[in-house]
Formats: sequence, structure tokens, C-alpha cells
Amino acid sequence: MDTFIQQLINGLTLGAVYAIVALGYTMVYGIIQLINFAHGEVVMIGAMVAFTVINALAGSGLPPLAVVLIGTGCAIPVCVLVGYAMERLAYRPLRRAPRLAPLITAIGVSIILQNLAMLVWSRNILAFPQIIDIKLYNIAGATITNVQIVIILTCILIMVALAALVYRTRLGTAMRATAQNPQVAGLMGIDINRVIAATFAIGAGLAAVAGVMVGTYYGIAQYTMGSILGLKAFTAAVLGGIGNVPGAMLGGVVLGIVEALGAGYIGTYTDLCKISGISDWLTQRCANDGHFVLFGSNYQDVFAFAVLIMVLVFRPSGLLGERVGDRA
Amino acid sequence: MSLLEVEGLEVHYGGIRAVKGVDLVVDEGELVCLIGANGAGKTSTLKAICGLLPSHSGSVRYSGQEISKKPVYELPRRGLVLVPEGRGVFPQLTVAENLAMGAYARRDGDVARDLERMHGLFPRLAERRSQTAGTLSGGEQQMLAIGRALMSRPRLLLLDEPSMGLAPLMVAKILEIVREIARQGVTILLVEQNAKLALEIAGRGYVMESGVLALAADSKSLLADPRVRQAYLGEGAA
Repeated sequence: MDTFIQQLINGLTLGAVYAIVALGYTMVYGIIQLINFAHGEVVMIGAMVAFTVINALAGSGLPPLAVVLIGTGCAIPVCVLVGYAMERLAYRPLRRAPRLAPLITAIGVSIILQNLAMLVWSRNILAFPQIIDIKLYNIAGATITNVQIVIILTCILIMVALAALVYRTRLGTAMRATAQNPQVAGLMGIDINRVIAATFAIGAGLAAVAGVMVGTYYGIAQYTMGSILGLKAFTAAVLGGIGNVPGAMLGGVVLGIVEALGAGYIGTYTDLCKISGISDWLTQRCANDGHFVLFGSNYQDVFAFAVLIMVLVFRPSGLLGERVGDRA
Repeated sequence: MSLLEVEGLEVHYGGIRAVKGVDLVVDEGELVCLIGANGAGKTSTLKAICGLLPSHSGSVRYSGQEISKKPVYELPRRGLVLVPEGRGVFPQLTVAENLAMGAYARRDGDVARDLERMHGLFPRLAERRSQTAGTLSGGEQQMLAIGRALMSRPRLLLLDEPSMGLAPLMVAKILEIVREIARQGVTILLVEQNAKLALEIAGRGYVMESGVLALAADSKSLLADPRVRQAYLGEGAA
């Protein structure tokens, strides 16, 4: 099996999901300069709602695809409501406050949502029922599953649709106008509160879809799953240039691939048995089981945050986050 | 009934009174200018009229209705539009998108025809329709800001220092455009530091000094007034 191609496929799947979540971060940041740290929790709630629905319908005899679609169909409105409510109740009253206040509030909202989810869905790891018949396909010596194909295609579809919304519609133009100058946007007759609420709602809807995808991909959901996923998607948004819609898409995919390749190769390259003659003890050990790996694939998460640190040090504006032509 | 009636308007910034009881009226079809030195309170007056700044006291009636408590975004729907100081174009939106945002409040389908009209009025904007507004020169941005405001088909246009930071030739051109817009029937309240040019195109003028209206008269008398000549038209005391 070709590790490189295989990890590329896995990374692309993961990255596509990161991209969808990162869009939520970047759109909200773009419009009100708030890093909504509770966004990962919205993904979690999406996965949880989908779990409940899929679990309830698993034995109903409906086709698996229909069950997943119904689960998604329930997760989206719930998440949109959560996203709208947090903007309305937690962030809007702080619109004119110093930037630190809404940021701390976002962390608070995140804790509240996690605890609510814990009360509703328990602390246990919830296993999604295996309703989907996983099929494997061969590509250039690697395998791709039907679930991966669906995830990648859905994400591409969502990204195209979102780009069309942001760059082609009246609402999208109003969103960009509000992001650039909310005061003047108001003077043009744009109700910026509605535009901001719509931005949160759209981001939350995307998070719901991402939650269902993560849940069905890994087959599990837990009330804490949102924080690490949220942080990685945030990293993806920063990598692409926070506030930049195409940047979030690129950042998500790049981060997913870096992570997957990192996890795939780190074991091979930190295998001390490849360096002979360090010590007698090592030689002896290697003779027994052949490997002495310093860092295993469980270090996967390290790559995402190493990327975050490198971006912040070397290119704080992100890959596509260059702001040009602000003033003539 | 005048189109715009401002009575006893006061604006405070913290403890500072920037506008201390301004009364002014603008009648339908007029081009009125509000001149005065830097910091006299002209911009604060305009912002308070539009609700961008909360007024401390006083009333603002537009077309007979009190508007000082109305949300900002409702005003373009009623035909009242401000072109803000510093132009306020959306720098990363294209020229065409900026113009489209001007028509945001409108629900009728005639926007395309007005876009043609803007391109006629500002051929420069037609050439640059797919460029982002941030890449335009200052004068072009001012044209865009005015064109964008016209897209909403205003009854009353408030212009805040359209000549600011522009080269003299461009200033003359912009003010010529303002005069042309007024001729087409749009009522205009023009705030300017460039008193001479403003008075030349306006029918009437108000002179603002440290938060109050010091003088109000038709443009001819203001241009002839020795106090105005000395303070704003750069003539010596002699």
C-alpha cells in the first residue's frame, strides 16, 4: 500500500471537514472581528443531534443514506438556532465593548454548550450505529471509502455554494460591505444586525454538516469533541488568512493533508532502529521487535499546532490574508 | 413644511458639547451649504441628523417626521442618504458592487437603468466597474461615493466634505457634479471647509463656529460679508 497516496486521501477528507468548520470562524471574524471560540461546540452539537436521530432511525428499515440525510436535516436547524442565539444573547450586547470582552464570552459560551451537551447526551463516548455499508475502492495503490468520497464531494459542493453566496448574491455583497465598513453599510440601508445574524446562522449550518460528517466518519461523538476540532479549524482559518473565505478553504485542506502526512510518516522517521550503533541496549531491543519509535501517529495533533505557531511567526496574515488596496 | 427641519440639536462627546443647539432648515429642491472651520461641529451635526451619533437634545424632522430615534438603515428607504466624510467606499468591493450596495434599500427593478445613468454621469466609473474601489484615486472614490448615494434615488443628499484631500482641479470637478445633481432636482445639504467654492454653488449657507450657527444668509451676502471674507475666504483684516 502506498502510504503517501493513502495519507493524501485521508488528509483530504479531514481537511475538507476542517475547511467547512474554518469557514464559520473566518466569516464571523471577517464581519465582527470576533474569534468565536464556541464554534467548535456547534459542530459537536450537530454531531450529537445527528447521533440521536440516526440512532432512533437505525432500526426503522429506511435506507442508510436517507437516515443520514434526515439526521443532517435535523442537525442543521438546531445548530442554526444555537448560532443565532449565541450571537443575539452573548455577542450582540458586547458589540461596542473592548475586543477582549466578547472573546472571553466566547470561551464562556463554549463551556456552557459543552456542559449542556453533557447533561443531554451524557459524558460517554457515543458510538454511531453502523448503518452504512462501507465500500472500498482502489486508487493508485491506496484505498478510498465511499464515506470519504461522499464527504469530499459534499464539502466541495458546500464550498462552491458558499463562494457563490458570498461573491454573487445581494446578501453576500452586503456581508462583505458590512465587514469592510459597518457604519457606511448602515447608511446604504443595510440592517447590519440582520447581516451579522445571518453570518452566524450560515456558519452554524456549515458546522452542523461538519458535525454529521465527523460523527459518521469516525463513528463516534462525545461532548468534548468540539474543542480540539474547533481549535484545528481555527488553525486552518489562521493558516489561510483569517477573514478570508477562499483562505479558510485552502487552509483547511492544507492542514488536513499536513496532519495526515505527518501522522503517516512520523513513526518511520523517528524509528531509532534505522540508526544503527547508538547503543548496545538499542541494538538488542531492535533485534527483538524491529522498531523503536520515538514519536508515533498519536502525535498527529502536534502538527496542526506546529503549523499554527509557524504561521503566526512567519506569516501572521496567513496564506491568502493579504489586505491590499485599502486606501488609494 | 421644509424637507429637513433641525431644531435645538445638541451633540455631546463625553463631557464635551460639540454641537450646542443648532437650528437649520432645508427646503425641497434647495442646495444649502454648511461651512466652518475644522472642529466647528459640522460633521457631528450631519452624523446626528442621520442617527450615526446620538443627539443629546433637540429634534430632527425629515419630511415632517421625527427621525432622530430611527435606526440608521431605515433612512435610505425614505430617501435620506449621507455621503460620509472620507468617502467611505467599500475598498475591497468592485466599483459595480459598491454602486449596487447604494441601491440596497430599493426594491424596484429599475436599478440597471440607474446604473447606466451613473455610468453616464461618471464615465470613469464605467471604465473601472470591475476594479476594486480601493485601487481608485481619491477623486474617483469621491465620485463613486456620490454615485453610490445617488443609486438609492435620494430626495435629500447630505454631503460631508466631498472636496477633502483632493487636488484643486478635482475639487472643482466634484463641486460641478454636485451642482449638476442639484439641478436634476435632488435636495442637497453640503458641508464644506472650502467655503468659497461651496458658496458659489449653493443658494444659501450657514456658517458654523464652535458648535453654534454664527451666520445664516443667502450665498451672495455671505460671500460679501466681511466676517466671512476674513475668516474663511483668506482675506486679510484690511
